[in-house]
Amino acid sequence: MAAHRCGLSLVCILIFSSLAHPSSCDTLEKANDNTAEKRSISEVNTDGSVAGEALNERQWQSTDAEVDRSDSTTHSEALTPAAARDEFQEELVIRPLHSGDIYASFQFRTLWDTDFLQEGQKVSHYRLFPKSLGQVLSKFSVRELHISFTQGFWRTMQWGQPFIPSPPGAELWVWFHDTVSDVDGNWKELTNVLSGIFCASLNFIDLTNTVQPSASFKPLGLGNATDHRFLRYATLPREIVCTENLTPWKKLLPCGSKAGLAVLMKSEKLFHSSFHSQAVHIRPICQDEQCSSKAWELRQTLNVVFDLHTSGQGKKEWSLFKMFSRTLTEACPLASSSKVYVDITDNPEGELFELSPATPLLGQAVVLGDRRTYSVYDLSRAETFGQLRSFNLLLRWKGDSGDMLRPLLHAERYVAGFGLQTGEIHTVIYNNHPYRAFPVLLMDSVPWYLQLYIHTLTVTSKSRDNKPSYIHYQPAKDRHRPHLLEMLIQLPPHSMTEVTVQFERALLKWTEYTPDPNHGFYVGSSVVSALVPSMVAMRTNFTQDQPLFSSFVPVKEESSYFVRVYTEPLLVNLPTPDFSMPYNVICLTCTVVAVGYGSFYNLLTRTFQVDEPSPPLSKRLANLIRRMRGVPLLT
Amino acid sequence: MAAPLTLLLIVAVTIRAVLFRSSLAELISARVEVVSPLNAWKRVVEGLALLDLGVSPYSGDVFHETPLMIYLFHFTVDYAEIVFIVSAYFVDCLSCFLKPLDRAKMAINSNYLKSDLLFNFPGCCELISWFITIIVCLCFCKFHFLCTCKYTDVRLCHQIADGITALALYLSIQTYNKDVFRKQKYALESDRYSADCLELLRSPKEMFYIPLKVAMFYLLNPFTILSCVAKSTCGLNNAIIALFIFCTLKGSALLSGILLALATYQSIYPLTLFAPALLFFLQRLYIPVNLRRSSFWFFTLQYAFMYVGSLVVITGLSFFLLGSWDFIPSVYGFIFSVPDLTPNIGLFWYFFAEMFEHFRLFFSCVFQINVFFYTIPLSIKLKEHPVFLIFMQIAIISIFKSYPTVGDVALYMAFLPAWSHLYRFLRNIFLVSCVLLACSALFPVLWHLWIYAGSANSNFYYAITLLFNFGQILLVADYFYAYLRREHHLTHGLYLKKKDGTEATLVLK
Repeated sequence: MAAHRCGLSLVCILIFSSLAHPSSCDTLEKANDNTAEKRSISEVNTDGSVAGEALNERQWQSTDAEVDRSDSTTHSEALTPAAARDEFQEELVIRPLHSGDIYASFQFRTLWDTDFLQEGQKVSHYRLFPKSLGQVLSKFSVRELHISFTQGFWRTMQWGQPFIPSPPGAELWVWFHDTVSDVDGNWKELTNVLSGIFCASLNFIDLTNTVQPSASFKPLGLGNATDHRFLRYATLPREIVCTENLTPWKKLLPCGSKAGLAVLMKSEKLFHSSFHSQAVHIRPICQDEQCSSKAWELRQTLNVVFDLHTSGQGKKEWSLFKMFSRTLTEACPLASSSKVYVDITDNPEGELFELSPATPLLGQAVVLGDRRTYSVYDLSRAETFGQLRSFNLLLRWKGDSGDMLRPLLHAERYVAGFGLQTGEIHTVIYNNHPYRAFPVLLMDSVPWYLQLYIHTLTVTSKSRDNKPSYIHYQPAKDRHRPHLLEMLIQLPPHSMTEVTVQFERALLKWTEYTPDPNHGFYVGSSVVSALVPSMVAMRTNFTQDQPLFSSFVPVKEESSYFVRVYTEPLLVNLPTPDFSMPYNVICLTCTVVAVGYGSFYNLLTRTFQVDEPSPPLSKRLANLIRRMRGVPLLT
Repeated sequence: MAAPLTLLLIVAVTIRAVLFRSSLAELISARVEVVSPLNAWKRVVEGLALLDLGVSPYSGDVFHETPLMIYLFHFTVDYAEIVFIVSAYFVDCLSCFLKPLDRAKMAINSNYLKSDLLFNFPGCCELISWFITIIVCLCFCKFHFLCTCKYTDVRLCHQIADGITALALYLSIQTYNKDVFRKQKYALESDRYSADCLELLRSPKEMFYIPLKVAMFYLLNPFTILSCVAKSTCGLNNAIIALFIFCTLKGSALLSGILLALATYQSIYPLTLFAPALLFFLQRLYIPVNLRRSSFWFFTLQYAFMYVGSLVVITGLSFFLLGSWDFIPSVYGFIFSVPDLTPNIGLFWYFFAEMFEHFRLFFSCVFQINVFFYTIPLSIKLKEHPVFLIFMQIAIISIFKSYPTVGDVALYMAFLPAWSHLYRFLRNIFLVSCVLLACSALFPVLWHLWIYAGSANSNFYYAITLLFNFGQILLVADYFYAYLRREHHLTHGLYLKKKDGTEATLVLK
């Protein structure tokens, strides 16, 4: 009895201590937050003093994040020298598109100088980096993780290239650490966990839609892993993205949706758009120049295209308030930098549109092989918000928008053929470069119920056979694995290359059809990855503000840039059985088999005999009596 | 005899060649009735393409041929000319080997011992007909080769396969007829037949053209022609089975064992032909089927050893060719578990598409056992008639196998002229032939309505497959009934009387 009581008290003590522990954690975090706030305030002050000097004339500012980072690291080092440093940046890029639409791209970047994957070191203290993701990374030994949820299709021909491309639906690709022994098991668990974190049906990712591309998806971060056994790639083209995916995504931000740029993310406005894509990218990067230790980068991006032209009754005019039904009042206090960029490249003299409030800051960057000029609004400065303490960017179109953009690389895809037996997938890739040929990697992942015939694969450009120099093909296994087709194709200049492959549609088991089988089955986008020669390199007479000596030979980094283009997902109809018939079919087929069995059984077990009619009843009775009497029977 | 046979072969080759050249060939090769996932030519080409890409053809689920088959075709495509010459020689050698067989007339005119001596008369007529056919084939092949694509020469392969099947069937039935006639003669001499069944006996005159009719039934059957034009490898499997039958009837146990192993290796199901072949050899060697006799066990083990041995050798050979055992699940697992539910003329596809998940294993076991199930009772019932047993087994396989095509149906239908003497006992041959004809016409129609027009659904096509199989079952059961009934009449007399002297009716009891 006494021992029992002792045990009880012990348990009580344990419970109390565990209750007390989190509260101490909280206080610690609060303290940290305070220091961070102080830090950001001090940054604002220093930045403001620098900018104040050149307030009157237009100032060219480098938009390289590296410079900002080195700046901020020196600050934070001064403040918190011992703890693992982390920092947070946020920015919003707005680009008026030629079609009259507005492209808004949010990027939130959290950087943390720590290593989850180090042996014997358990990271348990999280500050800016979301704990839910950090734990996932360390538990499943993830080296790199990219996940995107997209509603709508990015129209490359009308909108140009997006900053971060993504296919319609959900896309997930993960590089695992090369110490992982059971990659498939980890992948299965990871998708289930992520499905919980993002409230998405990622749990539908299984072996039947997972592939291991050999060349198309190289790690973007540190480490040049080339063993694609540790890579898993899956798409769910049917996934519908909505508020329930946005809310958990916002919760990963240090400020949530309370402050900073994230206040603009009101779901009823974000989802009332032509295109919506939210993504999370996690990768390891170098901490410093020498790359002696690893840092983790979490990049959360959200891209929206608003169709304000049609909804604005013909008036081409937009503002932050019109787009998001909110205005900005402050930067996220935890952010080391918080900026809004507006692309004004096509409007150098202000003849196309008018931007208010005007900004003295201009930025320039080479984005996707093109030199762009941006107006920069620094939210960490008080004067950005003006007297009203609210920042509402307003853009008024004056002239008609220019000609349509012609992206250098563009791809589309469709299904040809009729009937439900066979078909042909056509992928058309355009190279719009006037004189340069370049190779592209085409990756196709086709579900097993479309049986591809690789011998029917043809690649033609300019009506001539264009044999791919590299083909990686992994045929599908029924109900286990999809087809994976990767090819390296050389695109001749100014050409259209058509890739066709025939397939046969399978009849599935009745339980394998989706609830709306006659709607069809989705086939994920094919992925075209390429190093595209840049526009900057093309413009040899671009000498406006560059010295002559710098422009003769194009700079190597700028001569080509990496682009990934996703084609449309396909919707393919399959033949369907009659879903109301299982009992009937089982009965009818079994009847036919039974007819076969019965007739054979009959012939096998019986013998031929002469059919003697049985004697009438009276005769049988008479015979019975006669037998009893011992008299000869009647015949 | 050689002249009509040659003529027949030339006509058959011409029809096929014309169809190959026409635009119908592509249409036919996509028909689900003609090709199944197991034997579609498109899938063979896919397997070859995968092999060229350096991917194992069995890593995917498109190719289900056996390794020997793919290496044969790989070879054929690469060295068309050599293969042609070799196959020509092969055919020659085969003919030379087959020398000691001849026309039924000889056997009929002589008594048993004498005819045995006369068997050595060389079969030069057949030899000539082979040669002429090959020359015709060569002409067509050259013609194709000059004007069309890469895989053309394979058409020759299919044509030769059809020719081999027909000839093997022709010669087998010829041998069988001699056999039958000899036995009948003995039975008559020993007064085993009842007196009034003379009209049931078979005359040499009516038997003379039966081998030719069999060859004709095979070569000019639209099912065979379609199968050949679609380049279905079913034709090759049929050739192996026909050669097996031929070797068995010629009494060569070793060749028969090897060919049976080859047929089994190609598509598992011919395994059930082991029993009739064994029974035939036992009968031929006058060994009674008695489990207590050592001679019975000795021969059975000998034949089983030849069969299993060659099966092991063939499988081992494929393993060494391929370097892995991947083909076992991909070929035999595919046959047994029926994962591909593409519609065909069989009973499996819709049944398993609509099956409840937890009953799937049970029913696939039941349906597969069903194919093998009839072997033992049929062997007991028909132990005196192994050739008819072979026919029954082939028919049952082609009805109940998991991926049947019309090519399989054509093989057992070729035997029907050999049973022409059963015609008077068939009960519903008119109904059955109408059903089969109507179904054959309705298959493409309902397929079109379901897949292309969208105005019908899968039930329509399913109904037709059901009816087609029902017709086939009736046909086979009817022939079985007629065979048994004729045997009964032979021993008990044709005109049976009741006890009271009135005319009696026979019933199964």
